[in-house]
Amino acid sequence: MKYLSEYRDPEMVEVFIREIHRITTKPWTLMEICGGQTHSLVKNGILDMLPKEINMVHGPGCPVCVTSISVIDEAIHLAKQPGTVLCSFGDMLRVPGSAKSLLEVKAEGADVRILYSPLEAVQLAKDNPDKQVVFFAVGFETTAPANALSVIQADHLRLNNYSILASHVLVPPAMEAILGDEENRIDAFLAAGHVCTIMGMEEYYPIVEKYQCPIVVTGFEPVDLLQGILMAVQQLEAGIYKLENQYSRSVQREGNKMAIETITEVFDVGDRAWRGLGNIPQSGYEVNERYRKYNARLKFNLDLPAAEENKDCISGDIMKGLKKPRQCPNFGTRCVPEHPLGAPMVSSEGACAAYFHYSNSSIQEPVSTL
Amino acid sequence: MCLAIPGKIVEITAQLDDTFRSGKVSFGGINKQVNLRMVPEAGVGDYVMVHVGVAISVVDEDEAQKVFSYLKEMGEVDELNEELKSKN
Ligand code: SF4
Repeated sequence: MKYLSEYRDPEMVEVFIREIHRITTKPWTLMEICGGQTHSLVKNGILDMLPKEINMVHGPGCPVCVTSISVIDEAIHLAKQPGTVLCSFGDMLRVPGSAKSLLEVKAEGADVRILYSPLEAVQLAKDNPDKQVVFFAVGFETTAPANALSVIQADHLRLNNYSILASHVLVPPAMEAILGDEENRIDAFLAAGHVCTIMGMEEYYPIVEKYQCPIVVTGFEPVDLLQGILMAVQQLEAGIYKLENQYSRSVQREGNKMAIETITEVFDVGDRAWRGLGNIPQSGYEVNERYRKYNARLKFNLDLPAAEENKDCISGDIMKGLKKPRQCPNFGTRCVPEHPLGAPMVSSEGACAAYFHYSNSSIQEPVSTL
Repeated sequence: MCLAIPGKIVEITAQLDDTFRSGKVSFGGINKQVNLRMVPEAGVGDYVMVHVGVAISVVDEDEAQKVFSYLKEMGEVDELNEELKSKN
């Protein structure tokens, strides 16, 4: 793409950094929602370049990190059924469930496959009529249209051997849960660009008003992130709060109409338990009544006992912006990418893994106020 | 996982109905089959953002230039160019 290199141009980055330094007079805490943004910020060393007054905290926008242990147990249970192929995005395989990970049951002989797209899973079902193919449909709003589309395609093809284990999560309810927390100290949000590409911006206006919190819809490249940070700091320094769109090359205010239609055709909004954050009302998608035969939970009568979260993992505090990865006593000791205790150490978009792989010790940890 | 990657549509390969509209999208020379249902307005030559095999938006080229015109407005780019020239 013609513009992609420009968005990574070190000279451009420098201009933004200088401007952010110039206008910042007070300490501010900003949260980027999306794990892809966390990854980009840490990998490109942007956290080191910001003024010390600006504290970036890393939100819950990593689907791998927030998928609950109970749902991973469900996926593992399905994977172990004879004649079943459990398909998933790659990162989900290494996340520990209550006893094992999908990778471990795969090593024990279960048919677990890593796919790039749910549409490949539909093809797999078509090609293997004697197998039950289940797609582990995790993700935020960005991924929901593709997962919904897989159900619609399977329905067009009249497949009886395709279903999805849906564990979709939604950004705005999570933002509200974080802002409504009594310990909250977030002054402004960078909203997730591709989530807004799908859903548009309407849902965020009430949040801006209710919590008097600036929100800037932001992209993923270094220049995008820095412009998003600059726009947020400009608002904070001026004492105003509004919704702004940095990522206008991809995000329109009304979102993508076809994508929203596709989502609503297949999914209903319901309550969802988040790993680390607990139950958040109306914060997830589940397959609706019309497409119930594609809902793996109903198809296989899943009714497993709820699993306990690992108490040693403080990912909840990290995703609420109360702590940073290095403040976890297990970081880099008991918890490393090869042997993760918690999900944020697994995914490349998890804050703990990003810090482990890319950040150097010069990254300032905030003085804990807890 | 919400990452979407920009690519250029090089061919519309299937247009059976809305669900199955698909095409070949080039990512820096590597072609992949992509579902185009969510971008009915997109045609050959357009840039689309692709996420897990589905195009989710058409990249607006004018909007893509905005960030850089913003920098120009700040007068910073000229200043920077001057600086760079003097360095060379
Ligand atoms: S370092 Fe490991 S245990 Fe600590 S919060 Fe991160 S994932 Fe959890």
